[in-house]
Amino acid sequence: MKTNYFYGLFAGLGSLLTGMKVTLREFFTRKTTECYPENRSALKMYERFRGTLELVHNERNEHRCVACGICEMNCPNGTIHVHADVVEDENGKKKKVLREYEYDLGSCIFCQLCVVNCPHQALRFSTEFEHAVFTREKLVRKLNREGSVLEEKKTEDKL
Amino acid sequence: MFDFSVITGWVDRMLRSFLPEEATVLVEFVMIGVAILLGYAVIALVLIYTERRVCAFFQCRVGPNRVGPWGLTQSFADMIKMLTKELITINNVDRFLFNLAPFIVIIASVISFSCLPFAKGLELIDFNVGAFFVMAVSSMGIVGILLAGWSSNNKYSLIGAMRSGAQMISYELSIGMSILTIIVFTDTAQLSLIVANQADGWFIFKGHVPAFIAFMIYLIAGTAETNRGPFDLPEADSELTAGYHTEYSGMHFGFFYLAEYLNMFIVAGMATTLFLGGWMPLYIPGWDGFNRAMDFIPSLFWFLGKTGVLIFIMMWFKWTFPRLRIDQLLTLEWKYLLPINLVNMFVMVMVVVFEWHW
Repeated sequence: MKTNYFYGLFAGLGSLLTGMKVTLREFFTRKTTECYPENRSALKMYERFRGTLELVHNERNEHRCVACGICEMNCPNGTIHVHADVVEDENGKKKKVLREYEYDLGSCIFCQLCVVNCPHQALRFSTEFEHAVFTREKLVRKLNREGSVLEEKKTEDKL
Repeated sequence: MFDFSVITGWVDRMLRSFLPEEATVLVEFVMIGVAILLGYAVIALVLIYTERRVCAFFQCRVGPNRVGPWGLTQSFADMIKMLTKELITINNVDRFLFNLAPFIVIIASVISFSCLPFAKGLELIDFNVGAFFVMAVSSMGIVGILLAGWSSNNKYSLIGAMRSGAQMISYELSIGMSILTIIVFTDTAQLSLIVANQADGWFIFKGHVPAFIAFMIYLIAGTAETNRGPFDLPEADSELTAGYHTEYSGMHFGFFYLAEYLNMFIVAGMATTLFLGGWMPLYIPGWDGFNRAMDFIPSLFWFLGKTGVLIFIMMWFKWTFPRLRIDQLLTLEWKYLLPINLVNMFVMVMVVVFEWHW
C-alpha cells in the first residue's frame, strides 16, 4: 500500500511532465494556420482539394471531351449540361461535337462522380476556390474555351 | 536601483504644500484608487490577449491577429463590446444577491491585487500581517462565486458554485500551508520585509528542499485556486455550460472574467514575492559585474518578468492537462498535497530551529 502511494505519486508526476514536454514542442512548431488574404499570392492548396470543375485543355487549345454525356447522367444534382451538335464527316459518318459544356457551380456538391466516370479523362477538379459573385447566374459557367476543338487521337492509341 | 518612493514622496510633499492634511489624504486616496483600477484593467486585458495567443500556439494555431498589429488591440475591442452589451435581468433570480455577486468577486480580487509589492517603494497596502491579509481577502471571492451560483436559480450554476466552493476551500489549505512554510523561514509576514529578506538570494534557492517543495505545491494549489484548467470543473464548459456565471451577461460577466485573469496574476505575483524574490534582481554571489548589470533592470520589470514566467507556466498547465474529476480533485488535495505540505512544514521548522540553513 505504502509503495503504491509513492509509486503512484512519482509515476503521475512523470506522466504530467511527459505531457508538458509534448505541448512545449507543439508551442514552438510552425503554425498550420494560413493567414489567407495576406498570403494570397503564396498560398498553395493541396493537390486533392476540389475547388471547381475544369475541362482539361492542352496548350494547342484542345480538350478531350467527346460529348458522350456520361458526366451529365452521373451528376446527382443536374449540375452539368452537355450541349452537342451532330455533324457528318467526309465518310458520311455521324459524330457528336461539343458545342457548350455548361456547369452550374451553385448546385455542384463536389462529389467528383463526373471526373471518376469520364472515359477520356477530360475533366478534373482544380484548386481554384475564390468563387464569390453577386448573382446566381454568374455561377453558371461554360467550361470549354472559345474556339477549342477535340484533341485528335494519336495513331498509337488506336493500335 | 530606482526607488519609486521618490515619485510618491514628491507628489505627497507637493500636495501638502498647498492643501490641508485631510484634503491631501483624500486626494492621494483617489489617485491611488484610480491607479490601481487602471493597472488592474490594463493587466487583465493584456492577460486575456496573452492567454488567447498562448493557447493558440499550444494548439498549433496563430490566435487573434487581425485587430491592430499582431492583434494587440483585440481584447480592448472585446472590452468595449462587453461594456455596450445589455445586462439581462432574469426572471426568478434573487435579484439583490444576483447583482451583488460579481462585485464581491471583483472587489476581493482588486484588494488582494493592491497588496502586491510591485517594485521598490511601490507597495500600496503593506503592514505586519500582509501575507495573511492577502489570503483572507482573496478567499472572499469564494463568497461571490457561491452567491452567484445560488442566486442564479439554475441547477448548472449551483453545481458549479458548489464545486467551486469545495475546491477553493480545500486548496486554500495548501496555499496557506506553503505560505506558512515561507513565513516560518523568514520570520515575518510583512510582504515588503519578505522581499527585503531575499536581497541576498531568493527563497527558492536559500530555503533548500522545503522551499522548493512549498513552491511546487503553491503553484499547483494556486492554479486550483484560480479555477483554471486542469482544475476548471466549476465552469466545465462541456458539462455545466459555464458554471456559476452561466446566467450573467454584459459587464457582470465581464467582472467574473476579469477577476479570473487577475486572480491568476495575483497567485503568480504572490509566488514571485514569496519564493522568487519579488522585485529583487537575480544576484549570483561572487559575480560582481553580473550583479551590477542586473541592477540596471528596473525593479518593476523584475517583478513583472518573474510573474509573467509563472503565468506562462500556469497557462502551460491549462492547455496541457485534461480536467480532473471532482473526486480526483479532492483526492489530490487531501491525500497528497496536504500530507506532503505538513511534512514539508515540519522539515522547515526543523531547519529553522536547528539553524541548518546558514
